Amino acid sequence: MLILTCPNCGVTAEETEFHAGGEAHLKRFGPGSSEEEFEGYLFMRSNPKGVHFERWRHAYGCGKWFHVARDTTTLEVFGSYSAQTTEPPQDILDTIEDRRPGWSPAERPA
Amino acid sequence: MSEPVSALNNISHTGGIASISEIGPLGMITLRGDLSAGWMRKAVSAAGGVNLPEQGRSNFESDRGVAWMSPDELLLICPYDEVSDRLERVQGAFANRFALAVNVSDARAVFDVSGPAAREVVAKLAPVDLAPGEFEPGQFRRTRLAQVPAALWMLEEDRIRLVVFRSVARYVFDLLSVAAQPGSEVGHF
Repeated sequence: MLILTCPNCGVTAEETEFHAGGEAHLKRFGPGSSEEEFEGYLFMRSNPKGVHFERWRHAYGCGKWFHVARDTTTLEVFGSYSAQTTEPPQDILDTIEDRRPGWSPAERPA
Repeated sequence: MSEPVSALNNISHTGGIASISEIGPLGMITLRGDLSAGWMRKAVSAAGGVNLPEQGRSNFESDRGVAWMSPDELLLICPYDEVSDRLERVQGAFANRFALAVNVSDARAVFDVSGPAAREVVAKLAPVDLAPGEFEPGQFRRTRLAQVPAALWMLEEDRIRLVVFRSVARYVFDLLSVAAQPGSEVGHF
């Protein structure tokens, strides 16, 4: 069971109050993109064993979206941050580096 | 004018570890807009009679008040017959600004859970820490009750008020009645 903190309303609750929204920090490829790019945007998702960045929505609370960094194997939550960003903030990356010293930046979202 | 009727006709359930009663109809106005704006603060105090609450809290004066719902949403609560007057006042204060005020009184059902085990009954259904000291009067929490969304706050110690969608009023009443059945004390708090 994940315990998440919504950065929009400050509420800390267990995961049933939230709804998972899939991988975070995807770059949208729309009109004008190649078919490969569009396919990648629509269907291709990383499925890492370890550090992962996700979108979540506080569905039963304030209704707002936010981002969460967590570990997919240990379920450790490294932190949550605003949805209005295209990459994880430095303090979240520092926490991950602190907790997973071997973590490769290659795992960072493109 | 037609007579307002609450969802379950003010049904109540007693004889359990807490008493459940449907309250209503209760006046509710949803306000959306930039909560940090000065004109929003003015509109809220003009129409709600209290100051704009902080994040996760509510300000009440007897049965009138304002609750913080989300970073851009407030819920103004008042007696049912004052709704149209207050709605007019808040819309006047908003003028042409980018904000919204809607009367949602008839879209909701309101329940009171009261008794020494009130915290326990609600805690069985909602993923919220309702321990004394963690949840107290003045706080306001949107969450879920079993399978449906709800908002709750404490009117006083031993008395919790719940707001749910009117369409699930029966479901919520049944849930609360089962959670309050005799002999079901957990004794955690």
